[in-house]
Amino acid sequence: MGLLSLFDKPAATLLRLPSGSFTVDCHGVLLIDTLPSSFPRVLLSDIAQQVLGVFRVAAAAQLPLTELNIRYASLKITAWGLRGGALVFLAPQGLTQEQLRVSDCPDGTERA
Amino acid sequence: MRKESRARPRILLVDDDPDLLEMYRDLLGQLPSGPEIHTATSGARAMALLEAEAFRLMVCDLKMPRMDGLQVLSIVRRTHPQLRTVALTSVLDEEFRSRAYALGVDLFWQKPASEEEIRMFLECLESLLGPETEGGFRGIQSKSLVDIIQLECLSQGSLVLRITNGKLTGKIWIQEGQLIDAETDGQNGEGAFHQILSWQAGHFETLPAEPSRPRAIAKPYNGLLLESAQALDESRTRLGGEGAGAAPASAPAGLSEIEGIEFVLAVQRGETSPRVARGLEDPKAMAAWARLSLASFRSLGEHLRAGPLEQIEALGPRRHVALASQGDLEFCVGWKPSLGAGQVRTLMKKVLALWAC
Repeated sequence: MGLLSLFDKPAATLLRLPSGSFTVDCHGVLLIDTLPSSFPRVLLSDIAQQVLGVFRVAAAAQLPLTELNIRYASLKITAWGLRGGALVFLAPQGLTQEQLRVSDCPDGTERA
Repeated sequence: MRKESRARPRILLVDDDPDLLEMYRDLLGQLPSGPEIHTATSGARAMALLEAEAFRLMVCDLKMPRMDGLQVLSIVRRTHPQLRTVALTSVLDEEFRSRAYALGVDLFWQKPASEEEIRMFLECLESLLGPETEGGFRGIQSKSLVDIIQLECLSQGSLVLRITNGKLTGKIWIQEGQLIDAETDGQNGEGAFHQILSWQAGHFETLPAEPSRPRAIAKPYNGLLLESAQALDESRTRLGGEGAGAAPASAPAGLSEIEGIEFVLAVQRGETSPRVARGLEDPKAMAAWARLSLASFRSLGEHLRAGPLEQIEALGPRRHVALASQGDLEFCVGWKPSLGAGQVRTLMKKVLALWAC
């Protein structure tokens, strides 16, 4: 079935969920990161803004926080508060990455 | 959105390549159910068609410019939960398969490359076009979970069933027609099996058999299914007029037995006042923060195409808080700061399970 070759086509690449970390200051400005350059910076900025916003609103509601773990079906975001800024870890979760689920923290230890 | 009323099921094909769309149209036109085929060359066009017409099935290519297939599927799963979805890909990549299933697609299929694969692909699509049932489990073959267990056991089959019900996940192991083990939320064996069957609704997929799994269930499968059915009937009788599956309006009795809980808030999505508030002097402020946090990260998850938001654990020196939603209820539960993140996550699952029962 020669027609089957039609199923193959050159197309846009899919966005891969990144694995790595980044640090932002209290204004959400990216200071340092270990993420692939292919991951859009605008998405990093989105993550930073949401994380910093939730830390700030929690503090205003008398709920000081040091860490946020946000679990999606295929990504875990861990954010540690750093003097108004944040250190953020991104870890894709998948069926072949069971080992990533085992550790609750990026360094494999569990913070109280 | 108009309700689908025609006898012929409607299929929406989404791919940026018009030639491929024509080929799919011809192929799918051969299905025994004689579906009505509509096409869209972009995610945006697909959204518009879904708003205008009712479809039974959407087949979507993953690689598309601007709005890719994962993004389309992510939005569609939220806006059209009853629509059955198939993700097509030429990429052999476990990450994308995993993410597509996490988004709730019914079938993830590598683009067929042989006549046999095309035949199997068409059979699966025909199966997905079958009549929609009220509630129940949705699996890749559109059969109920009990059906699959019975079929596999009768045919001496071997496989692992992975079942997802919101935040809850479970597995059932079947080996050579024998139900050998089940596992969910720290339980295994018969207890886990009955727990999974009590969920009444959810989504499941089949995984390869695990012959090395030790046997933890000795009872025959039909005895276990009968026990589960009886337990379900008794539960429905107890619920009476409340209706099976409805979330209780008050906190479940077993909540106080869970160690480490400081407060509990349950808020109906879209409302500001908590439906249940225990252990807080000012529940409205906490409920507002919880609502904002869940909405923010749900929106972020859609941008990232990371699948549904499952849970948030917020850890602090004074207390930890876990946020999650289940059905139309959003939960905010406070925990003692002496607990670790892993403990909070596990205990939160228990809270949600209590509410689900």
